[in-house]
Amino acid sequence: MTTSPQAHTGKPSLWARHKIFETNSILLILGILIVVSIGGLVEIAPLFYLRSTIEKVEGMRPYTPLELAGRAIYVREGCYNCHSQMIRPLRDEIERYGHFSLAAESMYDKPFQWGSKRTGPDLARVGGKYSDAWQLQHLNAPRSLVPQSIMPGYPFLATTELDVNRIAQEMRVNRMSGVPYSDEMIANAVTDLRAQVDPDHPQADAFQKRYPKAASRDFDGNPQRITEADAMIAYLQMLGTLVDFKQYDNKANLR
Amino acid sequence: MTNPTPISHEPDFDAVTGQSTTGHSWDGIRELNTPLPRWWLWTFYVTILWSIGYWLVYPAWPLISSHTTGFFGYSSRAAVTVEVQALEQRRDQQAAGLKTASLEEIKASPDLLRVALARGKASFAENCVGCHGQGGTGAPSYPNLTDDDWVWGGALKDIQTTIQHGIRWTQNADTRVGEMLAFGRQGMLKKDEIEQVVDFVRSLAKLEPAKGADLAAGKAVYDANCAACHGEAGKGNREVGAPDLTDAIWLYGSSREAMIESVHNGRAGIMPAWSSRLDPVTIKALTVYVHSLGGGQ
Repeated sequence: MTTSPQAHTGKPSLWARHKIFETNSILLILGILIVVSIGGLVEIAPLFYLRSTIEKVEGMRPYTPLELAGRAIYVREGCYNCHSQMIRPLRDEIERYGHFSLAAESMYDKPFQWGSKRTGPDLARVGGKYSDAWQLQHLNAPRSLVPQSIMPGYPFLATTELDVNRIAQEMRVNRMSGVPYSDEMIANAVTDLRAQVDPDHPQADAFQKRYPKAASRDFDGNPQRITEADAMIAYLQMLGTLVDFKQYDNKANLR
Repeated sequence: MTNPTPISHEPDFDAVTGQSTTGHSWDGIRELNTPLPRWWLWTFYVTILWSIGYWLVYPAWPLISSHTTGFFGYSSRAAVTVEVQALEQRRDQQAAGLKTASLEEIKASPDLLRVALARGKASFAENCVGCHGQGGTGAPSYPNLTDDDWVWGGALKDIQTTIQHGIRWTQNADTRVGEMLAFGRQGMLKKDEIEQVVDFVRSLAKLEPAKGADLAAGKAVYDANCAACHGEAGKGNREVGAPDLTDAIWLYGSSREAMIESVHNGRAGIMPAWSSRLDPVTIKALTVYVHSLGGGQ
């Protein structure tokens, strides 16, 4: 483009002053930061205070220590690469997977597992769709149940002891990012984890009190050990089950 | 930093290409001032105009406590709710009878049956094939639905109850219950007693018992421990989900080892209850579909 005529009159126009940025890298970086943060402030920041983007939903509770450990394995094994956890408000998705996902349903997910690719099916409401035994067999050898599946097997989950020593620390980190774990929950992390796989555990009642309605049973069919499969199946079986959609008011939450 | 040659804003002419330059000279290197193609530039301007229109029509800008809703008040959740309702209505029109007709009436009416089978097939493909396989042929420990051997009953009503409430699905109050005890693990039978009873059961099913098996001793163990559920003749009892032991269909395998495993550890296959996931009409359609797979009674 042609330069403005003002360039010749001694006082260069604003458009001709780009030399300041082009010759000073620190100023250029500052300029870029300012421009990008305007985008963030306008597009992201309002989501934290707009009434219409924050929905209150009955039933959400933080993950139990066992579920949280299972979630960590889900992330570690990269399940989100092939499975989404996000039912979009589209007719065919609702027909197949159930009620569309609510933002509040991933309020304790740090980070969320919405995913962006469905090589396998969506898992947002997979909880209670299959039995524990099915989940275990399917994790061990997917094609023994679904012949056309291309999912890899994860047989090592059922044979690997779950590392329970990190769970309290993990809950503390989650609390730092906003999950309301109490001191009591964190102090009892390992006990609660053990109580969830054993309904006859002496602390079973205390566990149920801390995590109301959490399912408590031996998930991997091996009562002798707490394996990674126990954690993984406990996590899968609670996905999408916390909100009772018979109570949920669609009309009050239109967006 | 080295100071570049002072920028001259004088446009210059480049003799080689015949174009003007930007006038910048960086250590003697100059930059051609090739204009953007007109069509590109105007398309770009049109997209900017388009975005302004979009802001007005669709929800876009955040405000203090809410956001701009756009001229038509579009909401993806409202839109999909309307779509789902329209779908329900269309289904109701196509098969008004499906809702009110009994399972037997659906079976008897060709029109209703056609709709029920189509709907059942679609729902089966999403919800049931994981365990019961494509076409309902089952897998080890997940029953084949195409044969006439039924653990919990193959009449329309039985199938409907099983789908609604599941099997040993403790979250459902009306779920089917019945327990094959872990006779070995819980110490009710000794190892040799288990082998005897397994050999006796194999003889019932016309399978090869082990050489020199004591069938009389096996029968004694059977009568004392197994007959209560599986019946004296081994024909099973659908009330408690005890399978027929005299036929050739073995849910957990018919090898001697698999049968010993069954008696030692017990078996308790679980099926989820579907009344919380599927609506009653879909469950009706599924019932009729499963009943029509080949073994309905």
